[in-house]
Amino acid sequence: MNIIITISITAFIVLYAGLFKANKALLPLTVVGLLTALGFTFCAWNGNAVHFGMMQTDNFALAFSGICIIGTLLIFLLTQNYFHAKSDNIAEYYTLILFALAGMIMMVSYKNMAMLFVGLEIMSVSLYILAGIRKKDFASNEASLKYFLMGAFSTGFLLFGITLIYGATGSFDLDKIQAYLVNSQTISPIFYPGVILMMIGLSFKVGAAPFHFWTPDVYEGAPSLITTFMSTVVKTAGFAAFLRLFAGALAPLHDFWVAPLMVIVCLTLFIGNVTALFQKNFKRMLAYSSISHAGYLLFSLIVLTKNSENNVLVYAAAYTFASIIAFAVLILVKQKTGSDSFESFNGLAKRNPLIALCLTVAMLSLAGIPLTAGFIGKYLMFLNVMTEYKTLLVAFAILNALVGFYYYFRVIVAMWFKDGAETELSAPAQYKVVLLVSVAITLILGIYPAIILNLI
Amino acid sequence: MEQLLLLIFLPLVGAIITAFAGKSAKIVSTVFSVVSLVLALVIAGNFIPNASTQFEVNLPWIADLGINFHAGIDGISMLVVLLTNLLVPIIILSSYNHEYKNPAAFYALILFMQCGLLLVFTALDAFLFYIGWEAALIPIYFICAIWGGKDRIRINMKFFVYTIAGSLFMLMGIIYLYLQNPAHNFDIQAFYALNLDSAQQGWIFWAFFIAFAIKMPVFPFHTWQPDTYTAAPTQGTMLLSGIMLKMGIYGVIRWLLPIVPAGVHDWGQIAIILSIIGIVYASLIAFTQKDAKRLVAYSSIAHVGLISAGIFAFNQQGMQGAMVQMLSHGINVVGLFFVLDIIFSRVKTNKIEELGGIAKVAPQLALTFLIIVLGTVALPGTNGFIGEFLLLIGVYNYGIWAAAIAGLTIIFGAVYMLRMYQNVMLGETNSLTITFTDIKGTEKLVLYTICALIIVLGVYPKPILHLTEASVQHLLEQVNQKLNTVN
Repeated sequence: MNIIITISITAFIVLYAGLFKANKALLPLTVVGLLTALGFTFCAWNGNAVHFGMMQTDNFALAFSGICIIGTLLIFLLTQNYFHAKSDNIAEYYTLILFALAGMIMMVSYKNMAMLFVGLEIMSVSLYILAGIRKKDFASNEASLKYFLMGAFSTGFLLFGITLIYGATGSFDLDKIQAYLVNSQTISPIFYPGVILMMIGLSFKVGAAPFHFWTPDVYEGAPSLITTFMSTVVKTAGFAAFLRLFAGALAPLHDFWVAPLMVIVCLTLFIGNVTALFQKNFKRMLAYSSISHAGYLLFSLIVLTKNSENNVLVYAAAYTFASIIAFAVLILVKQKTGSDSFESFNGLAKRNPLIALCLTVAMLSLAGIPLTAGFIGKYLMFLNVMTEYKTLLVAFAILNALVGFYYYFRVIVAMWFKDGAETELSAPAQYKVVLLVSVAITLILGIYPAIILNLI
Repeated sequence: MEQLLLLIFLPLVGAIITAFAGKSAKIVSTVFSVVSLVLALVIAGNFIPNASTQFEVNLPWIADLGINFHAGIDGISMLVVLLTNLLVPIIILSSYNHEYKNPAAFYALILFMQCGLLLVFTALDAFLFYIGWEAALIPIYFICAIWGGKDRIRINMKFFVYTIAGSLFMLMGIIYLYLQNPAHNFDIQAFYALNLDSAQQGWIFWAFFIAFAIKMPVFPFHTWQPDTYTAAPTQGTMLLSGIMLKMGIYGVIRWLLPIVPAGVHDWGQIAIILSIIGIVYASLIAFTQKDAKRLVAYSSIAHVGLISAGIFAFNQQGMQGAMVQMLSHGINVVGLFFVLDIIFSRVKTNKIEELGGIAKVAPQLALTFLIIVLGTVALPGTNGFIGEFLLLIGVYNYGIWAAAIAGLTIIFGAVYMLRMYQNVMLGETNSLTITFTDIKGTEKLVLYTICALIIVLGVYPKPILHLTEASVQHLLEQVNQKLNTVN
């Protein structure tokens, strides 16, 4: 509870600071607020407190909150000179991102489905505005409108699902719904469509196929920094919400929802990877690769074990930090060359070896090469599904991972093996901090993952 | 125990220091590789040649997943560890006549790869083995793709995806074994003790075999090899052919045979047939090569085919032959590639027909090259002879028809190798080779070392045979025992 209050208050303070044109104070204020929230997250560890029957800050919620807050913090550090170039009212950016974060904290810690809806909407509405914040840019407007229409549509599905489940069980409370599934002799027939509708609604939000069509356009059209936020932190929160419902309350019904989930996972992996292969633009490639990672993230739910939730946490952490690196470098390269095609990365290793090395680690992690966090994440997913010996499914995922190597290595090839413009590319200090912190986390999690394995 | 950790991680420390050494990277990496060699020799000196695993290290790593840093050395490991640490300084020394751009990265990657290779050759934990397996691949990919020749990007992408495809399916097999293991860890002894039925062993055999076959490479998984060898910088080619392909052979001996003996029993014949097809096929193609580097690449496929056949023949002679031949092939092929590199650095071509008469102007090069070629074609008195002889006995004990065809490798090899030697070194000098200068400095040092090794090991191979004998025997007994309980 403290976490949400801190973040919300920070958001308001930042808004007022913007009103008094204290633009220099915005970033320090935000950082202090987020660090305080992070401190509360640590303090609440193992507390497992229930707040008014609406939210439960168990370790699951806290771990995901932690990742979201750290991710947001890193993204804020990337704002150096970014918003200033785009708008005068930069306090809006800060406030909206903070509000979205508050919504996400609700999404990862809800105990009552009403809270899921409220959190999701707080987050989504902030993001609709953020996607379209470059008012005069056509692509940004298109992104915002697409995102809004699709988001509203999916919220409809979600609400309808919640209603049906409420109709069957008479409660929004996750524990009561689970108790209903375990105890009642016959499950009401309207419960099943409720589950499916909620699955569709949440799949829209996390961008899983076949509900992914909005993702590439929105990611491409939105300002890069907002795309970073959407494809890392927001996605992580979406998966946490998915997990809380399906691996928690609806776990007794696993046999029923695993079949549609399997279809979603396979489609997501296949479509994400194969389409990413044909992209000429780095940003669009990252958008499609984020779809394919959604597939891996859901992979863990196909077989529910006691480790499923933690596996998603590890994978989400690995994916988040690697993506932040990728987008940070993308922003730098785009500022310099004005393009986000693969060609603009040519010869980056000569222009700035440090940045090239960081991006290489990120790409290796996304591709799942050992000694990076991404490998541990993929390994845990495969291990989890192999416990029921679904070898064909794992083989399918492996084939998809192989496709992934092609497009991730395309960037590495461009940076190291091709010659490009010889202009120096320098990174501002804050970018260096973000890159080095993310690389350190990626490597530490890859070499000694024991620190994150038993968190939940 | 500390010795082994030092052995494995010294190259890694060397890699990190080399990466920051700037222009003196060449010297720094040489020092580290030589110290590693000395260390390996010290360990070999303290090694007692029996069947036990020595210098064992077993530290918890990722305890929740049953992953331990479990490594140790037995006779089989000792041999490949020696080979690795012997070849790396030779390979680094052989680069002294080159000036690579960005040398710090180049030499750091070589040392980093050495660390990965040593992990593979000492790991007693399947997960650790897999990590080493991939850790050796990443540096060589970068070495070949950054400093390589024409069309290197496409060729190396093919190489990379090929190898990683194999290893991912191997990972699937490893996870399966882990789940079957009641103790839920990756310990090799626990894997040996598993009771799997023949259907399970069958698919695990294929999951592992394809990974190893791609690495060696065995026909028909070899298509990446000639291009990659040709396009790689010489040091990359040496690392690939001298050491890296031994990873595949070692994997078969250490992991495949003892874990799924029934799988090998059921499917081993196909492996032998593929190996023998590879021998004949690669030899025939080697005949037609115009480029000496490609010729050596194909001859390497033929030699490895024989090693692979010897292992799957599954008897003492075949296995011992494979051991000796791993060492000999490593030394000889590095020597061959180095001679070709010297020629290329002088006249900028490796086309056989454009060369000739080099022996007249460079007698020392001609002599050393001759010794290496004779070692490669397995002339009695050279190191190649012992290995191939034992391998052929092994294959003969398996089946006379197999030995008859596999024996062609020696005849074919002699023909194309000597013909290549004749065309390159003998005859009249032409306008290109008339200005050829003889070997000097580090070139002399490297080539004379290699020649000495070829002759010493050829005349007196007993230490090597003695080193591995007990371990090989133990392995065979263990596997036969397990096979009897399954049947």
